[in-house]
Amino acid sequence: MRPPDASFIRRCMKRYYFERFDMIELPSDMPKREFGFRRADSGMVRHLQLHDSADLRVLLLQAVPLEVYVSNARYLLPSQPIPEKVWEDAHLIFDIDAKDLDLECRPSHTVASCERCGHGTSGPCERCGHRGIRKTSVACPSCMRAAGDQAGRLLDILADDLGVREGVRVYFSGNEGFHVHVHDEQLARLGAAERVELADYVAFRGMLPERLGVARDGASSLPRPSEGGWRGRFAREVLGSKAGRSRAAREISSGGYDAFARRVEGMTSGLGVRIDPGVTMDVHRIFRMPGTVNGKSGMAKVPCADLKRFDPYVSAVVFSDELVNIRASCPVSFRMMKRRFGPYANEYVRVPAYAAAYMVCKGLAHVVE
Amino acid sequence: MAVLGHLELAKYPFLADAGGYLRECGFTLEQLADDQDLKPIRDQAFARVAAAVDEGKVYRPSIETGSQLPREVFSFLLAVVLLKMSGARHLAKKFAMQEARGAEMLLERDLGRARTASQVLLATEIIRDLSGMGIQKQEEHFVVPVPEYLRRAVTFHAREWKLINRRVESGLVYLTPHETVRLIRQELVNYIVSRIEGAAMPPPVPGLQGFAGQLSAMEARLRPKTVVSSGEFAPCVKHAAKTMADGDNLSHAGRFLLATFLLARGHSISDIVPYFEKAPDYKKSVTLYQLEHLAGKSGKGTAYRCQSCQKLKTLGLCHEIPECAGIVNPLQFGVGR
Repeated sequence: MRPPDASFIRRCMKRYYFERFDMIELPSDMPKREFGFRRADSGMVRHLQLHDSADLRVLLLQAVPLEVYVSNARYLLPSQPIPEKVWEDAHLIFDIDAKDLDLECRPSHTVASCERCGHGTSGPCERCGHRGIRKTSVACPSCMRAAGDQAGRLLDILADDLGVREGVRVYFSGNEGFHVHVHDEQLARLGAAERVELADYVAFRGMLPERLGVARDGASSLPRPSEGGWRGRFAREVLGSKAGRSRAAREISSGGYDAFARRVEGMTSGLGVRIDPGVTMDVHRIFRMPGTVNGKSGMAKVPCADLKRFDPYVSAVVFSDELVNIRASCPVSFRMMKRRFGPYANEYVRVPAYAAAYMVCKGLAHVVE
Repeated sequence: MAVLGHLELAKYPFLADAGGYLRECGFTLEQLADDQDLKPIRDQAFARVAAAVDEGKVYRPSIETGSQLPREVFSFLLAVVLLKMSGARHLAKKFAMQEARGAEMLLERDLGRARTASQVLLATEIIRDLSGMGIQKQEEHFVVPVPEYLRRAVTFHAREWKLINRRVESGLVYLTPHETVRLIRQELVNYIVSRIEGAAMPPPVPGLQGFAGQLSAMEARLRPKTVVSSGEFAPCVKHAAKTMADGDNLSHAGRFLLATFLLARGHSISDIVPYFEKAPDYKKSVTLYQLEHLAGKSGKGTAYRCQSCQKLKTLGLCHEIPECAGIVNPLQFGVGR
């Protein structure tokens, strides 16, 4: 990030953290958490211990980090290196990111630019000759709807199958996805291997045909829609109506076990929840702290009580509407605070600070001093 | 703790308080060692341990008549005494395993036959005492909370034990009596091992020295077998190495797999570096630093291990072939015993 851009983002963040510190959700047992942060001009700093909100306030207002992270784990000694921290437990987290959903709309709102000078280009930069390209996705409501649908499916599985109805909090990640935090004492004690199983369960990964009533010897008793868990979900979403069930049964008996097994494996991405398993299984990770700003977008990680009505481009916008002069190269238009911005073809424009910060954080604009 | 009658103690003698039981029955260890009338018990105790050496042979207690019940408990307790006297640790583990198999069959039968509330209570309490796992009966199944299931099932490698292949509803996993007991097998073994290890060293009893000597001889025969490796790479590692050789980008997890596999197979860091030379973002200094870190030669000295097949599947790095059957880690590929 260029110095004037970093300075602008820093000013916006400092003001937000000063005026809206109440937006930040402090973790329970704060002294047992590991904190970390990253500034625009430096690498990651982690293994920090903060005792209370005053410590956090000092960190935010003095260091003014671009990103602030906190562990889902509780440790006896959070400021020590990982092998010496003495892990106690870690609430379960699922990460859903629109970029992992292979949505058809992605190319239409993805901008390719030179990673050195920011000039819009799909090959070697015509301006500076640099070969490296950065691809940036710009705000897309349909991506967020799809990610929200995935989060909704996850909530259903957590409640119906895993019996987790209390202590589930959904957050917009601040960029293009959702984090689902599960505060359950029993699940929090699970290790990485057990979390792999939970990740596979919600992602519909590793299902045996036998579980769906298809055996090697040809016997089949397909699941009924009224059943619970994945069998019921499979019956409702794949087999469908009574006529569909008969057709599916015929197909299965003609294709045989192996063909059915391949078909089930191919359904993972369609039926399962598209989570990032690496996030769920990691018991030592630090996550963006709820209420803090995401340095990739200038929007905040905020709670989301109603997935259907949630508009991240309103609810997570936390910077002011003071007008800022920028030079923008954003060939895709986007909406924030119910206003349309762009497309901009390397032009000088005056936009609200929140939209300026969004484009600057995405590398699609520079502040004009 | 479950309140056990004579029948339950005969079936699960490891749940008995050894000293208390002997006192209650009016016997001493010396009597068990020397009394000619008790010779059948001594023989049975020895046979019980010897059965453990024969692979697949499971000791089945005689519980058909009431008069045989105390003999089952005595022979178990005496077997533990003999194992302690002989100091045969491998044999003790084998014995615990075989006893656990026997108990498993009985427990499975008890769970399957439990119809009345008191029968269900007794069977579920025995399971709780042995493993700490809380189970309940629902219709024809036993149900276990998901976290309790996962803690145990993650050590099993058959796909049928994956959570996705179980009936899971409202936070409970549904199991048959067979599956319930299978789930706690290792805890059953550990429980019996802990009873043997925790038993006080008996005083030298001349009448038992002969048996103890024979057990020591059996122990000497239980030598670990040599491991032979074909040196061939697992398909997931081959795929990772090929991706690198083709100059394609390999994920961080894929690079971790390739490096930890090669390190575990004894390759030196300088031998491994060339595998990464064609990576699009290759920097020798970074590669060397990362390999040294993975090998535990820098940082805190933690040497990282190759991920399990299960984890690689989840990460999308598994390229299973029929020869992978039965392995749980890529390092086991091509390894014969």
